[in-house]
Amino acid sequence: MTPELTYRLCLTLSAVLFAVGVAGVLIRRNAIVIFMCIELMLNAANLAFVTFSRHLGVLNGQAVVFFVMAVAAAEVAVGLAIIVTVFRTRASVNVDELKLLRR
Amino acid sequence: MSAWIMAAFMLTAAAGAVMVILYRNPVYSALSLVLTMFALSAIYVMMGAYFIAVAQALVYAGAIVVLFLFVIMLLNLRNQQALKESFGLRAAVGALLGALFIGVAGGTMWAVLSPDQFSKSAEVFKDEGHTESLARLLFKNNLVPFEAVSLILLAALIGVVVLIRFHGRPSSDNSEESNDA
Repeated sequence: MTPELTYRLCLTLSAVLFAVGVAGVLIRRNAIVIFMCIELMLNAANLAFVTFSRHLGVLNGQAVVFFVMAVAAAEVAVGLAIIVTVFRTRASVNVDELKLLRR
Repeated sequence: MSAWIMAAFMLTAAAGAVMVILYRNPVYSALSLVLTMFALSAIYVMMGAYFIAVAQALVYAGAIVVLFLFVIMLLNLRNQQALKESFGLRAAVGALLGALFIGVAGGTMWAVLSPDQFSKSAEVFKDEGHTESLARLLFKNNLVPFEAVSLILLAALIGVVVLIRFHGRPSSDNSEESNDA
């Protein structure tokens, strides 16, 4: 596999992963799975960053990936805490049933 | 040989991503997410991004997905059948739109990025000291963002504790405020 083909395939995979994440956010109603789909989208962006970093021969893209990972970890922690809090109040994580942020 | 391995990992990543949104049980979704993360990690290894590959396996598969599983099991959602979703007509329309979007995005990436755009990418990474040069980039050129990330993590930590600790007990909040007063 030539490097060019590898880059094209990786970017295509990145687009597919992002689209799958968007589709999951649109289709699923379980808040936890929606969060997983957001992780998928972040990973798609990471793959594009690494691919272009490799392609351009500079490491800046990988530094950005490092920051994205740190922010994703923080986001997941806060988001899951919110989901646990909502579940305590509503006994449900179905986003269709969550119309208000208050009780 | 390595091309086939890489293609296999790409297919694994895509299949895992699709399975994340197709499984009804969120535990299976989380395990499919692990599959995707490890496949991406392997792709990073084959592209020479070794540090990112290890960080991917550690942070995503090791921490984030475990956190997901922990929350799923902590909420004990299976007993209440709260997560059993019915895939009705609306989900079918959503799946159709999603498949269309996947096709358009993937096809655009494949078609627009013609090979001649990549032809000048002859230079490759100097393989010696790859992680070292990344560390130099992180700690010298990007020191301020790096410290900002540490602040973000600290803020997330405090925010989670506040959310979980003080939620849903207005009486305890009031009592603590009265204690402070």
